[in-house]
Amino acid sequence: MEYSKQKLSEEKVFKDPVHRYVHVSDQVIWDLIGTKEFQRLRRIRQLGTTYFTFHGAEHSRFNHSLGVYEIVRRIIDDVFDGRSEWNDDERLLSLCAALLHDLGHGPFSHSFEKVFTLDHEEFTQQIIVGNTEVNAILRKVEPDFPKKVAEVIAKTYENKLVISLISSQLDADRMDYLLRDAYFTGVSYGHFDMERLLRVMRPREDQVVFKYSGMHAVEDYIMSRYQMYWQVYFHPVTRSSEVILTKILHRAKSLHEEYYSFKHHPIHFYSLFEDEMTLEDYLKLDESVILYYFQMWQEEDDPILKDLCTRFMNRNLFKYVEFDPAKQFKVHSQLEKLFTRAGIDPNYYLVVDSSSDLPYDFYRPGEEEERLPIYLLMANGELRELSRESDIVDAISGKRRTDHKLYYPKDFIYDDSNQSEVIQQIRSILEGLK
Amino acid sequence: MLKDHVRIMSALSASGEIVGRKKLQKMIYIAKKLSFPFQEKFQFHFYGPYSEELTLRVEELFNLGFIEEVKEKKGGYYQYRYKITENGEEFLHLYETEMPFLKECLTSMNEQNARYLELVSTVLYFDNLPKAEVIEKINKVKAKQRYTEEEINQAYEYIEELKKIAKPN
Repeated sequence: MEYSKQKLSEEKVFKDPVHRYVHVSDQVIWDLIGTKEFQRLRRIRQLGTTYFTFHGAEHSRFNHSLGVYEIVRRIIDDVFDGRSEWNDDERLLSLCAALLHDLGHGPFSHSFEKVFTLDHEEFTQQIIVGNTEVNAILRKVEPDFPKKVAEVIAKTYENKLVISLISSQLDADRMDYLLRDAYFTGVSYGHFDMERLLRVMRPREDQVVFKYSGMHAVEDYIMSRYQMYWQVYFHPVTRSSEVILTKILHRAKSLHEEYYSFKHHPIHFYSLFEDEMTLEDYLKLDESVILYYFQMWQEEDDPILKDLCTRFMNRNLFKYVEFDPAKQFKVHSQLEKLFTRAGIDPNYYLVVDSSSDLPYDFYRPGEEEERLPIYLLMANGELRELSRESDIVDAISGKRRTDHKLYYPKDFIYDDSNQSEVIQQIRSILEGLK
Repeated sequence: MLKDHVRIMSALSASGEIVGRKKLQKMIYIAKKLSFPFQEKFQFHFYGPYSEELTLRVEELFNLGFIEEVKEKKGGYYQYRYKITENGEEFLHLYETEMPFLKECLTSMNEQNARYLELVSTVLYFDNLPKAEVIEKINKVKAKQRYTEEEINQAYEYIEELKKIAKPN
């Protein structure tokens, strides 16, 4: 029998706290899960440094990837099966793309990608088409199957319906991460009725649409997304830990460029510092490796690297004040000068963080063809954009809330042993910002 | 401070006014592909390269009063116009970093329509593929836009023209 059609002699299940069970019956999927590239995802947390704020948020990208696969499997096998708009020849391709969509994520992706201008999506592509265990399995299906999987994930595959299952404004990726992140952080506002959403989904030429009768379930999902962004993803304490993490990476890179002699040589970082990252090097990186260096760098001679790593490892994070760049940019410039006079390098210890630094997306009605909106399927067969029918969605997709905060090390500024004039001035300005 | 925002403001200041969110997205993407230091991450979407980060940054700049956004009804849909405000110019004056030849490139792009810029940005998105494959790809992923081979050839020529403007020597 063709490899693509081979089934396991007995269905395998993974116990999952969000979907109860993840069902695997295809040999290809089972083999992909066993590859070293997929197993690596166990060592990369789904929410990066969020565990500093919500201690339960230790779940990995492995959990999430299985979850996305399971949602797509249910959509195809339970909802789309037998519908004329769905071509079942795309089933295995859709399942593989769902399972592998996050394969290229590295440790603490957001910070690493910003500092070293990396793109995890490019690594996903490289793992799928490169010399890897994943590629060898996909090639057994058919020689150009890896290319097709890579195209679905890159959103350049010709069948847009397949793409929309994993990447659209209401897709399996978002459904899984909202439910999973809500579960593991322990918050109550990320929940929505996924079963109901699946029941009202209908395949169309370019994307999945939702029956009008399911609009309230869609509203609930949009509200969950909105709440999770402000309450979990953009939590100011998590942002503080990301700020410190980013500054550690900047400092280590800068020291390397200055030929600083590390006590603990950053072997795993060399290709990052020199912008020569190969796939082989990239796959060696995971959070255990990075945290090992941060642990060891607490003993470095460089006071900034040592301090930032000590803060990160012991959760001694920066404090923040609300900041309005439009009204307070001159204050920022003044603070920069005072920090320098006080011997506190503002490049590492005075940071403005904005909501756009963490672009978890809001619902967009796609008024000018920026991206496809969510469509409701009306009783007469017409498609209507969601915010035109839903007052709730219209309200939160209008004028958007944005946010800026100024982060600083409170313990440096409010150190009782330092009552110098410059420190007093800094305190006075920061007090004025509160 | 806000270095990435400043670059977007520089682009708007250099362009005078940009009509349409889609056009703004494609102009910044093309400028980024021409090696101007825009940091926003773009992904391929139904209508070509799109950056959620850029959308958020523009919203932030609007909320800060650094740029003006005018929403106007055009036929059956809405269109947005963007330009920098006086406050924005003041902020930019303090923090602007020089990006030589950006103004020339953006001025040229601003004279094109959004549909054409969607094609140019799509060609650039697939610039790792040989031309024949790019044409095949565009016919598949942009079937509804019905771009002709002549238009695709024009897009290639236009990209070369832009590259010369961006790096005249």
